[in-house]
Amino acid sequence: MSTTTIESPVITTPSVITWREGDPITNSKAPSGDLSTRWARHKDSLRLVAPHNKRKLEVIVVGAGLGGASAAASLGELGYQVKVFVYHNSPRRAHSIAAQGGINAAKNYRNDGDSIWRLFYDTIKGGDFRARESNVYRLAEVSVKIIDHCVAQGIPFAREYGGLLDTRSFGGAQLMRTFYVRGQTGQQLLLGAYAALQRQVALGNAKVYHNHEVLDIVVEDGRARGIIVRNLITGEIHRVAAHAVVLATGGYGNAYFLSTNAKLSNATATWRAHRRGAYFANPSFVQIHPTCIPQSGEYQSKLTLMSESLRNDGRVWVPRKAGDPRPPHQIPEEERWYYLEEWYPSYGNLVPRDIASRAAKRVCDMGYGVGPTGRAVYLDFSDAIKRLGREVIYQRYGNLFEMYEEITGESPWETPMRIYPAVHYTMGGLWVDYNLMTNIEGLYAIGEANFSDHGANRLGASALMQGLADGYFILPYTIGDYLATQLFVKLSTETAAFEDAERETKARIQRVLSGKGTRTVDEFHRELGKILWDHCGLARNAEGLTQAFQQIRALRERYYKEVLVPGTGQEFNQNLEKALRVADFLELGELMITDAYHREESCGCHLREEYQTPEGEPLRNDEKYAYVAAWEWKGENEPPVLHKEPLTFEFVKPTTRSYK
Amino acid sequence: MRFTLKVWRQKNAQDPGHFETYEVDNISPNASFLEMLDVLNEKLIKAGKEPVAFDHDCREGICGSCGLFINGRAHGPLPNITTCRLYMRHFRDGETITIEPFRAKPYPVIRDLVVDRSALDRIVQAGGYVSVNTGSAPDANSLPIPKPVADKAFDYAACIGCGACVAACKNASAMLFTAAKVAHLSLMPQGQPERRSRVLKMVKQMDLEGFGHCTNTGACAVECPAKVPLSAIATLQREFLRAALLPDPYAE
Repeated sequence: MSTTTIESPVITTPSVITWREGDPITNSKAPSGDLSTRWARHKDSLRLVAPHNKRKLEVIVVGAGLGGASAAASLGELGYQVKVFVYHNSPRRAHSIAAQGGINAAKNYRNDGDSIWRLFYDTIKGGDFRARESNVYRLAEVSVKIIDHCVAQGIPFAREYGGLLDTRSFGGAQLMRTFYVRGQTGQQLLLGAYAALQRQVALGNAKVYHNHEVLDIVVEDGRARGIIVRNLITGEIHRVAAHAVVLATGGYGNAYFLSTNAKLSNATATWRAHRRGAYFANPSFVQIHPTCIPQSGEYQSKLTLMSESLRNDGRVWVPRKAGDPRPPHQIPEEERWYYLEEWYPSYGNLVPRDIASRAAKRVCDMGYGVGPTGRAVYLDFSDAIKRLGREVIYQRYGNLFEMYEEITGESPWETPMRIYPAVHYTMGGLWVDYNLMTNIEGLYAIGEANFSDHGANRLGASALMQGLADGYFILPYTIGDYLATQLFVKLSTETAAFEDAERETKARIQRVLSGKGTRTVDEFHRELGKILWDHCGLARNAEGLTQAFQQIRALRERYYKEVLVPGTGQEFNQNLEKALRVADFLELGELMITDAYHREESCGCHLREEYQTPEGEPLRNDEKYAYVAAWEWKGENEPPVLHKEPLTFEFVKPTTRSYK
Repeated sequence: MRFTLKVWRQKNAQDPGHFETYEVDNISPNASFLEMLDVLNEKLIKAGKEPVAFDHDCREGICGSCGLFINGRAHGPLPNITTCRLYMRHFRDGETITIEPFRAKPYPVIRDLVVDRSALDRIVQAGGYVSVNTGSAPDANSLPIPKPVADKAFDYAACIGCGACVAACKNASAMLFTAAKVAHLSLMPQGQPERRSRVLKMVKQMDLEGFGHCTNTGACAVECPAKVPLSAIATLQREFLRAALLPDPYAE
């Protein structure tokens, strides 16, 4: 795929956002034939590496979230020499730790008719038919083994009184297939993978480099050969070579500045891989969560997610009079606008995530928003408290009410919550084949870092499942197929490719440090976030995207002139770290816009305003857009090249997603 | 709101370090403590000064990255909460706030308020796991575990690894951290095969890292953001004595 590219002329209408179309992707290595045996047959066809040879093979794993830690632990257990690089001070800090809800698995312990097929079907349909059938079926298949393994690690899952595992329903699924550990499922699963990795460290099979940030991927003759990494404590730049490189660096939701992501989450490793030739797939596929605590001021650094279950009993409203200054309890019933109940009488407050998110944005754009910034709506429990009593509401939402009060200083018992949508997860990421390998040989991407199995929309409790599926049960098999070809490769960091990558990395550092401006990195990041949120967020249109593209390009030019980064590169310098990450977000932002612009359809959680029914329902276009958009980097200010991987649906017939 | 901040500044591990005083103004009572420091840093950068280094990430109390010693207490004046979940409305307008790093011999300062807590990782490496390889697990429901046991184990497993227990302790003891893992795994049936060796190895590593001994003041549990109960330490003591004094029933 990375060989010859026949390029069509630059697409010129309209003139601002441009790209070329390259060869389609024809070999995703996804097997064909009977769906249920595809993974088993594929595994049997993979090359193996004998135990005594595994010791001679070195693998770099970047990131230690659910994907990275589980992969590193499993590869260590197999006998490979694993080196793990994390920018955190410990591999236990990755953002997977913040996942609350649970992890899906097709165990059918409930006897409610769950099956691998049903989990596969729900995931394909939830992703609005923009994911590979082969991958999604495999994900559903290995989901059952994940639960077995995590229980064996001693993770204290929620249990029934009989001692067996408890499950709950989640995100609209009709089955109770979500396993959980109180409200801290991500934390417990991550600590399980972290502990497994620590065991491999103790056994000498893995080495963890904490406070080390990967700043470039080294590619030699089309193969990943290593990384350039900065020791964040001393500022030293190191070259590290390996037989294969695995990126498990998470998503890029922080491009929006305000998101539910952890502050340090960034796209640098994946973006640098992209600049070295790896395709970036569906970058505009971003999930926005409807119930988050809104921004309360300019100082705000992140948004906190509140469980979506709140909409089961809360009523969403805004004052009928725009800008009404009265506190909510003084606004009489007839002057409250329950806009969801009015617009969507059949579903009311329980419309799907994307509809609820867009409606909130719409009323706020119309000037009806509440709170100090006018970017929030009320979520009111007073009727539910009257109807069901405090005790019932406490049982259901007590901990969420406490969390809300802790953050905002307001009690949902006394006054309605204020909520607003926020960026939460990115379905897009590095393009990978069925083996989770990017189009660069020997470079793998797992977890949220790849373009994933979630299509254009991820279902709740599926992120943990995918991260662990990739790390525990898929990559350890597929990477062997490649490593078997690398046995006699002698590793060296004294090559031209390493030389160049190190030099370029140092130049990048120098470039941001030499700015003699007056503005801080955060000021630029906020500005970028606002452009993306306004034009490449909940709802998009060609005009807005075109504007956004120009704004980002202008912002990027100003960045290097106006940014001020104190300190040097030879010390612990958090602002330098931030400055490099924002520089990459500025480039990625352009690609997100280009992708959103090129996809002239509304699919998954993305509304292109030009493509909707008069009732505001999204219009998908399977005829033209049933493909993965994999973008190839061609240089700064050069139009990217679009490679289409067609998606065919042999087993599930694409239908229109309906909430009526 | 307006605050006077006395902040510990230390360029690197070799630098002796000192306090600097800063003023911040126009702080919203709804700003978090870390957001207040963000505001200070933006101001310092614009004035051409070095911003204050501090650890943070998730900013919702679960990653365990943040950890400041505020007005003489780990994670500040409120009990059982991380620094990132502390809001400025919990302080008085005009108050002078003293901000230091977590101080303990096994936590060398990296810069300003950032310390190296990798000693805690090494305690886990010594045995804080069940030795099970991927792929070999039996069906998850093949081993029933009473709900109260799983729930209790979770109370211990909830530890976020922030290390505040060490900073809160006058002996800089890592007992609560170590005990949380030992207690969690000694309750779960999966933890039984390595129960004896785990506690011995983890306690040994804790001592090797230079953490102090426990004198049962309970200061750790007051600050622990994950509310790990003090009973974990009693469990650790019991597990340790059992492993150290009683003969190993499986020894040859």
